[in-house]
Amino acid sequence: MSIYNLSLKSLKNRRTTACLTVFTVAISVLLLLAVERIRVQAKQSFANTISNTDLIVGARSGQVNLLLYSVFRIGNPTNNIAWDSYQQIIANPVVKWSIPISLGDSHRGFRVIGTNTDYFRFYQYGRKQPLTFNAGKAFSGMFDTVIGSQVAKRLGYQLGSEIIIAHGISDKKFNRHSNSPFVVTGILAPTGTPVDKSVHISLAAIEAIHAGGLLNSKVNLTHLNPQDYQPKQITAFLLGLTSKVKSFALQRSINTYRTEPLSAIMPGIALHELWGIMSIAEQALQGVAIFVVIAAMLAMLSNLLSSLQERRREMAILRGMGARPTHIFVLLISEASLLTTLGIITGIGLLYLILALLAPLASSEFGLNLALNMLTSSEWLLITTVQISGIIIGFIPAFNAYRNSLADGMTIKV
Amino acid sequence: MNIIELKDLTFRWPQRNESIINIEHFSLAHGEKLFVSGASGSGKSTLLGLLSGIIKPSSGSIHILQTQFSTLNGPQSDQFRADHIGYIFQQFNLIPYLSVIENVLLPSLFSNRRKQQLQPDPQAQAIELLAKLKLPKDCINRQVTQLSIGQQQRVAAARALIGNPELIIADEPTSALDRDNRSAFIQLLMEQCTLTGASLLFVSHDQQLQPLFDRHLALSQFNNCEEPVDEYL
Repeated sequence: MSIYNLSLKSLKNRRTTACLTVFTVAISVLLLLAVERIRVQAKQSFANTISNTDLIVGARSGQVNLLLYSVFRIGNPTNNIAWDSYQQIIANPVVKWSIPISLGDSHRGFRVIGTNTDYFRFYQYGRKQPLTFNAGKAFSGMFDTVIGSQVAKRLGYQLGSEIIIAHGISDKKFNRHSNSPFVVTGILAPTGTPVDKSVHISLAAIEAIHAGGLLNSKVNLTHLNPQDYQPKQITAFLLGLTSKVKSFALQRSINTYRTEPLSAIMPGIALHELWGIMSIAEQALQGVAIFVVIAAMLAMLSNLLSSLQERRREMAILRGMGARPTHIFVLLISEASLLTTLGIITGIGLLYLILALLAPLASSEFGLNLALNMLTSSEWLLITTVQISGIIIGFIPAFNAYRNSLADGMTIKV
Repeated sequence: MNIIELKDLTFRWPQRNESIINIEHFSLAHGEKLFVSGASGSGKSTLLGLLSGIIKPSSGSIHILQTQFSTLNGPQSDQFRADHIGYIFQQFNLIPYLSVIENVLLPSLFSNRRKQQLQPDPQAQAIELLAKLKLPKDCINRQVTQLSIGQQQRVAAARALIGNPELIIADEPTSALDRDNRSAFIQLLMEQCTLTGASLLFVSHDQQLQPLFDRHLALSQFNNCEEPVDEYL
């Protein structure tokens, strides 16, 4: 038996309060780690939304707004871009590829993206990962559609399913383009980005469903020729350039485009600005977690301090056996650190338990990837900080007991 | 050889004018079993505090086992006490969360010397000692709080005796016991002291215990403090 064993047994003797302390610490650690993990994952999946795109171009607006509607499919575009302007800009030899995007329609709560097949060739997310198909292929016919994995999953669509696109983003019966049924020809693999929640159709199809004559008429859709429905305008477009260095010059020339007011933004910078706005919430969450840890430490302190009074006899007996005041000090410190360690271990256990339970939900509902990763270095840093503060907190009761045992000596005080 | 040797020992509490301890000379011989009686307020606890090194004398010297005990610093006297002195308290001697055996072996936690004495099998030694002190066998596996006070005091005696310290100090260990238990306890304690060759300093206010010991001294006989003062708390 050692002095550490002694503190273990002493804690075991007070197991109810010890367990409560351990749980308090555990919950605080759980919260701290969960906030950290969500923060990192959110930031990561946020930054992963778009990759390897040099410029995003839309009607003149703030960069965050443009980023939100073109990439995150949140909010509404301020204006459209003329098809001619688009053609003129992509004719620039520094443009390697472009993806036109036309927004404004929806299908049962999911945004509809009018685009062309370049979308499936050039759009990249995460670490320069291209889109891949879980089933089927890119659209070729006018009323073909490619849906994101979430859309397929939630609405139970398969290849060959027929869907109806509504005009506007609130999908009400009266504004459904009921005469234009689309057929699912491709389902994309999950990406954890807004692409999963998008319905992709061709630009010609967008044009066609908005063409006045089509609505409510009984035209045989199979006879429509895509050539007749050249788009006149689009909402935004993504550009890949031959060299990153060229993006500044091109950005400037787009921003000063004469024919119509346009904005070109660099996704990285816009993402950064957007994250800056969100980081207030992130910091608030972190602040709450830190205060919960402080509360847990104070709970442990009050528990240890109140136990000291009833343990004065125990200390006197130990002194009688030849224990030095230092031994008493070590005894109390090791109790505090043991409580903290047990709390941390329980907290990590709870974290992984909850992650394991929530991971499928988080990934299907929010596209958040809560992988059961090992603890990251910043998480280890948090844990170490909690452990060290547990030990430091232990100094207070330990010093009290030390002083008491110097004063009491071997006289038993009750 | 004297186990304890006190010379011109005085002790005065800070901010007090009168000494509570003023002993010209006192000694406890090797193997001797001395009964020191004293009413409360006679400086009994203060003397025990001095002998265990918890408090330091104002003047004079304390030799224990030929060591100039009074000049050792705090940790040194704690170590000395761990190695050479077995201490029995009045009552509630045992640590409630340790088993009987663990309580008995507690001193070996703080003293390598006593730990070495218990090799190779400390457990067996503890059980043997408890048997010699007539602690019923089934008590060993019970929680210490379930033992009677008499049984608890025997476990405390075993703890004081384990690892053969040279000096046993008992501070009113029988005050919570009834008459029969009292003499039985003292008899067993003295037997064990004789066996191990330890000297016993037994302090009590109970004059009736006096015939059981080799020698008896009233504290007032050798402590010339000016007037009775409040007991050291």
